[in-house]
Amino acid sequence: MSDALPIEVTSPTPLLELRGISKEFPGVKALDDVSFAVYPGEVHMLLGENGAGKSSLMKVLCGAYRADAGEFYYNGAKVTISSTADAQKLGIAVIFQEFSLVPYLDIAQNIFLGREPKGRIPGTIDRRRILADARRVLDTIGFDIDPSTTVDKLGVAQQQMVEIAKAISQNARILVMDEPTAALSDRETELLFALIARLKADGVSIVYISHRMAEVFALGDRITVLRDGRRIDGVRPADVTPDQLVRMMVGRNVDMTYPRHFADKPGEVLLEVKGLSASTGISDINIEVRRGEIVGLCGLVGSGRSEVARAIFGADPVTSGEIIFDGKAISGEPDLAARRGIALIPESRKSEGLALLRSVSDNLVVSALKKLFPSGLFDQRSAQRTADGLIRQLRIATPNARQTVGLLSGGNQQKVVIGKWLAAGSKLFIFDEPTRGIDIGAKSEIFALIDRLVAEGAAALMISSEQIEICHVCDRAYVMREGRIAGHLTRNELTEENIVRLGMHHA
Amino acid sequence: MTDITKDAMMPPRSFLSQDAIQVFYRLLAALLICAVLAVLSDSFLSLGNILNVLRQASLTFFIASGLTLVVLTAGLDLSVGANVALSACIAGTVIHKTGSPALGILTGLACGGLVGLLNGIMVTALRIPSFIATYGMLWVLNGLTYWYMAGETLHGFPAGFRQIGSGYLFGLPIPVYLLLVFLGIGTFFAQRTIWGQEIYAIGANPVAARLSGIPVARRLLLVYAVSGTMAGLASIIFLSRLNSAEADIGESLTLPAIAAVLIGGTSLFGGVGTVFGTFIGALILTLVLNGMNLLSVSANWQPLVTGIIVILAVWLDMKTRRRTQ
Repeated sequence: MSDALPIEVTSPTPLLELRGISKEFPGVKALDDVSFAVYPGEVHMLLGENGAGKSSLMKVLCGAYRADAGEFYYNGAKVTISSTADAQKLGIAVIFQEFSLVPYLDIAQNIFLGREPKGRIPGTIDRRRILADARRVLDTIGFDIDPSTTVDKLGVAQQQMVEIAKAISQNARILVMDEPTAALSDRETELLFALIARLKADGVSIVYISHRMAEVFALGDRITVLRDGRRIDGVRPADVTPDQLVRMMVGRNVDMTYPRHFADKPGEVLLEVKGLSASTGISDINIEVRRGEIVGLCGLVGSGRSEVARAIFGADPVTSGEIIFDGKAISGEPDLAARRGIALIPESRKSEGLALLRSVSDNLVVSALKKLFPSGLFDQRSAQRTADGLIRQLRIATPNARQTVGLLSGGNQQKVVIGKWLAAGSKLFIFDEPTRGIDIGAKSEIFALIDRLVAEGAAALMISSEQIEICHVCDRAYVMREGRIAGHLTRNELTEENIVRLGMHHA
Repeated sequence: MTDITKDAMMPPRSFLSQDAIQVFYRLLAALLICAVLAVLSDSFLSLGNILNVLRQASLTFFIASGLTLVVLTAGLDLSVGANVALSACIAGTVIHKTGSPALGILTGLACGGLVGLLNGIMVTALRIPSFIATYGMLWVLNGLTYWYMAGETLHGFPAGFRQIGSGYLFGLPIPVYLLLVFLGIGTFFAQRTIWGQEIYAIGANPVAARLSGIPVARRLLLVYAVSGTMAGLASIIFLSRLNSAEADIGESLTLPAIAAVLIGGTSLFGGVGTVFGTFIGALILTLVLNGMNLLSVSANWQPLVTGIIVILAVWLDMKTRRRTQ
C-alpha cells in the first residue's frame, strides 16, 4: 500500500510528533528514521511483527530509551524526551504487558504510589483523602471497585484498569498500550474497548499495539505499520484490507489460512485421562487423545486449561484420577512423563521453557541427553551436530548453534522449545498457547510443524485462546469452564460460537 | 579493562565459548600477578615458594571444587568448613582407635558425604533455601564437633598417613597431584557428562529444567553430596598435613572457598562457571596472600584485599557478560 494517499489531517497540529527517530543497539538498528504523529483523541494502531521496532518505539516515547537521532514536537513546539520524567511531564503514560503494580498495596496506594497525600503527622498518609481521590479517578474510567482492595486479589483485567486509572490520575494525554487484550477474556475486552471510547471522547490519545487484526479494524482511527525498524506506511482502516496489512507487516505474501491435513481415521488411543483432579483447582477431567490428532483444549483464561496440561505432565501433584499413556498408567514427576514420551511446551517460554542465557544447542539437547548419550558421556560436538540438524529442520533463524537463546526472536525461541522435544523423540506434544506473542509468519510455520508431527504418528493437545486457531487446526476440542470439562466439540461442531457458548459462565 | 567490556558486548563470536573467554582472562590475571610478584620479590620465583603456593591453593581448591557444583545450581553450601572440622575429628578418632589410616580416610569421606546428603535433603525434600539450610547445618556441625571433642586435641598420626598432606613424590607435594586429579575429574564431570550438563541447565533456569524432564531433585542431592564428600577429602588432607585435629579448624575455610568460586567466575545466580575457573580463583587468592607475605605486608590487610578482589572479579563478570533479557 505504498501508493496509499497521504493521511488527511483531522486536527491541524498533532499532539505529539516524532520526526526521524533512530535508535541503534550493538549489531541491530532497532529504529531507522521513524516518523510518527499522534493527534488528539485518536486511537493510533501500531502494527508490526516481533522485532519490527514497536517496543523500541514505545520505549523511546516513554523516555526509557534515548533516541540516537530525531526530534519530538508537542503541540507543534519542539521538546526533548530523554527520561521517563520528561515523558511523564508531557502526559505520556505506558501500560506495559507486565504490570508494575505492588501486589500487597491496595488500589488507592498503587494509583498514588510516590504521590500520596500527606497526613497531619509527618511521614503518614492521609488515608481518607487517598481513598476519596482514588474513588474519583476510578469513577472517571467507570471502574466500580472498592479502592481499598489489595491488588493481589485482582484479576489481570482489573489490574489493567488500575494501571489505566494510575495513568489518568497523572493527567496522561497520551496512553500507550502494549497488546492490552492479550490476557483478557472476550467480555473483559469489550469493557476495555468501552473504556477506550470513553477516554477518546475526553480527548485522550491512544497508541495501541496489537497482533489482532479484528481489534485493529474495530478500534483504530489510523494505523502505522513498522517493519525491520522502519515505518512502512500509515493508513486508515477503511482504506485497507487485513490481507494488505499483513503483506505490509511481513513484506511478502503469507497464507493466512493454517495448513492442516486431516486424517481420515484417527489412530490408536495415546493418552487417556480419567477422572483427573488436582489441587490446582481442576476436577474430574476426562480426555482422550489419539495418534494423528490435534485436540484442542479451550475455555476462558483461568478455566484450568494450563492446570490440566501441567497435571498430565506431572508438574503439579494429582489428587485423584488416572492418566494412561501409551497403554500404561503414569504418575510422577515431569522427568518420568518426559521419558515416557510426553512433551510440554509451556505458555511462558522465557520463564518455563528455556534457559535464556544458555546456547541454542544446549537448549535443544537438554531433554534428549540420555537418548543422545546413552553412555552418560556428553560430547559438545555431537550435541551441536544434533542442534544443527534441528536448526535446519525447523528453520530456526540463528547465526549458529552457539548463539545465546535469549537473543532470538519469540517465534524462533518457540521453535527451540519444540525442537528440544523433537530431539527427545516425544509422542504426545502438549502445547500451551503455542502462538502467544509470535508473529504471523512464524505462526503458520509452527502450525505446519504440528501438522507434520501428527501426520507422522504423534499426537497433540493444544491450548489456545485464539479460537480461530483451534477451529482451523484441531480435529476436535474440549471446552473447559471453572476447572471442569464443560463439553466436547467434534470437527463439525467446532465453531467459535460453540466454543464461546460452552466456555461462558452461566448467568 | 575497557577493551574486555567492549569485546564481550560484541555480537557472538563462534570460536570461543563464554566460559572459555572468562577462564582465559583469569589465567591472564593470574600470570600478571605472577609477573608483578616476580619483579617485586626475589624469592617469589623460587621452587620452594611456587610449590608452597600450589599446595596452599590445593587445600582451598578441594573445598571450592565441590562448592562450585553447588553454586552452578544457584545454591550455596555454607557448611563446608564446619563439615571439614567434624570429618577431620571423626576420621582422626577412627585412626587413633583402629590404627588403620585407610579406615579413617573412608570414615572421613563418608562423614563429609553424609552431611552433604543431609543438606541436599533439606534443599530438595524440605524446600529450604540452600543458603539457610547449610547455614543452620554449619551451627549444627560446629555444635556436634565441640561436644564430641570436648576441648581435646587429637594429634600424632602414623607416618604413612602424614605423607598425604606433607609428602613429596618426584619433587612435587602429594596434594599437588591430588589437585591435578580432582581438577581433571571435576572438569570432566561438569563438561563431559550428561549429569554435568543437567546441573548447568538447573542453575540456568530450575523451572525450565524440571519442565524439560530433568530430575532436578536427584541432581541436587548428588551435587550437595559431592560438595560434602569433597569437604571430607579436604578434612583428610588437613588432618594429615597438620598432624592434629581440633574442633575449630574449619572456621577459616568456608569464606576463602566461596571467594575462590566467585573469583573463578562462577555466578551465584547459577548456570555459569567452570571448575577450572575455580582452580584459577584459588590460585589467584593464594598468590595474592603469598605475595603480601613475601612483601612483608601485615596479615591484617589480607581480608580487605581478598574482599576487593572478589568484588572486582564479580563486577567485571557482570559487565562483560552479555545481557540476554
